Amino acid sequence: MLRTLRRHKDLLYMLSRRDITVKYKQSVMGLLWAVLMPLLITCAGVMVKLALASVSGRPARIEDALPVAVKSIPWAFFVASLRFSTQSLSGNQNLVTKIAFPRAVFPLSAVASQLFDFCVASVVLVIAFAFAPVHLTVEIAWVPVLLGLLLAQVIGLALLLSAANLFFRDVKYLVEVFLTFAIFFTPVFYEVRTFGARAQLLLLNPIAPLLEGLGDAVVGGRAPSLGWTLYSAAWAALLLLVAPVMFQRLEPKFAESA
Amino acid sequence: MTDIALEAKSLYKKFRKGEHYTSLRDLIPALARRAVRREGLGTDEFWALKDVNFQVKRGEAFGIIGHNGAGKSTLLKHLCGILAPTSGALTVHGRLSALIEVGAGFHLDLTGRDNIYLNGTILGMTRAEIRRKFDAIVDFSELEDFLDTPVKRYSSGMYARLGFAVAAHVEPDVLVVDEVLSVGDFMFQRKSVEKMREIMKGGTTVVFVSHNLRAVADLCQRGMLLEHGTVTHIGPVSETIKTYMERGTNGSAGSEDQDAYVSRVSLHDESGNGHVQFSAGQRVIAEVEVTARRAVSRIAVVIECRDEEMYDVFNTSTQRLGEKPVDLAAGESFVARFALTLHLAPGTYHFGVYVYRYDVQKNYDTRVPACTFYVRSDTDVRGVANLLPEVLGQDVSASSEARL
Repeated sequence: MLRTLRRHKDLLYMLSRRDITVKYKQSVMGLLWAVLMPLLITCAGVMVKLALASVSGRPARIEDALPVAVKSIPWAFFVASLRFSTQSLSGNQNLVTKIAFPRAVFPLSAVASQLFDFCVASVVLVIAFAFAPVHLTVEIAWVPVLLGLLLAQVIGLALLLSAANLFFRDVKYLVEVFLTFAIFFTPVFYEVRTFGARAQLLLLNPIAPLLEGLGDAVVGGRAPSLGWTLYSAAWAALLLLVAPVMFQRLEPKFAESA
Repeated sequence: MTDIALEAKSLYKKFRKGEHYTSLRDLIPALARRAVRREGLGTDEFWALKDVNFQVKRGEAFGIIGHNGAGKSTLLKHLCGILAPTSGALTVHGRLSALIEVGAGFHLDLTGRDNIYLNGTILGMTRAEIRRKFDAIVDFSELEDFLDTPVKRYSSGMYARLGFAVAAHVEPDVLVVDEVLSVGDFMFQRKSVEKMREIMKGGTTVVFVSHNLRAVADLCQRGMLLEHGTVTHIGPVSETIKTYMERGTNGSAGSEDQDAYVSRVSLHDESGNGHVQFSAGQRVIAEVEVTARRAVSRIAVVIECRDEEMYDVFNTSTQRLGEKPVDLAAGESFVARFALTLHLAPGTYHFGVYVYRYDVQKNYDTRVPACTFYVRSDTDVRGVANLLPEVLGQDVSASSEARL
């Protein structure tokens, strides 16, 4: 799969570029698009923190908002990538049924165009942090590792979901519903620590340790839990092994189902 | 390197009629059914391709013809690798590119320039390759002034031109062409056909699928006729076309609720020999047999001639030619015979027949096309009508201006 993809890397590039240009070209928001989702998530997170603070009678601090801001960007990337890639094959039906090339370029370019948004938002965050009371530590070296694992999981899921949606058109609704409620089961607004003994249960969610780790590494000054990071890495490896194989096995049937 | 560019060996493709299950909700009953599935063909399945065998040599132009639904497009999709055969093998030696849909993957919001790159990479070129051929593509499309306009503001002709221009510059080893030469206006069509010839001259193997029999006859050396998914003829293209056109001449029983129907149509020359190919200016006899299932009165036979785009070229009827309408009792039939002089330009024409009652404007039966024929001419005339031209002279004389 990798070899055929390398041969079509220009196609991958052009399709990603198409998605990015089309999105930014004709919109009033322009690059603000990339920041909008993380910003909204952060605002929602701050509200939740304020509510928790008033319930517990503890004064709210600005530092509480920082991990939410850090985690909102990868979470927005995760949500948008899955949403977008799920429909990437069914949405390009005319190409899938008419022209032959590795179909994996569709979900992959969908992820790539979201990765662009992710980068824009990250740059904005870095600039914002220059003015915020953040003390960066060496633990920040964990960030590329954690993001790499997140990307691996997203790619695996994107391949699986895009193919599934071609055969079963209700998959996209399932994904939609799932993503809407997933934020409650994922440590974006909160830290799993808050749940004490039950924290372990929340960390079973494969992306939970990654988001939690990102929050810790960037603003918490703590290294992420090694065990749980390995747990997430195992998921990433599994998805990266299984998804391409399944995708390739289903690929010959795509043109008939689209 | 072998000298075979393309080879199909006992290719089979099974398709399912009707709805596929397309939601998870439908999956469970379908899985249950699959558990008791038999081998071979199910009740709602059919062979879209059945034991298809052929070889195309390197540098050859190979035509595939057949009626709608004969499996041409299915076969093309196999050649391109979009569909996988149920069984059998298909081998392609070299890079294959398909001119199946012009402008596939164009994004309406992107400019012509962006779309050249997007479409080009979709068709299998690298960006470096496109950059190299960019000027040639733009030149061919004649769209220099609109490169930075989003294609949604293009006319459909401009859109098709840009698409064809990109596709024509892919330079594959094997080129598969499906009915795309009919895009754009007349001038651009001519240019497209010229480009095709140029590509063929460059040694590219071409597989050409079309209803345009004249184009197939012009461009291809060998042909293959597909009928209901099976190959019924393969050989020199003129023979393939002849076989194809002979299939069209049969009348049929019509359906039960028709009071009168066309039971036979034939075209033959004056000595009574049936042909599908006539010379321009030849006198041919058309015979139309009408059979009445129930008693009908005052019916006339309408005949017409259409060109390959089904554009009306000629029509008349027994009644309009001054003949009396005919009354038929149940079970009776009559034959109307027409003599026609084919003042037609070379090309493919369709012969159509109607059974019509003028006073109440009732149409009993329609056979369009009832049969198809091919006109050839020794003189190079184009268009539809053949005015049987002769050059009487080309006198050179100095113009009055020059004399001054």
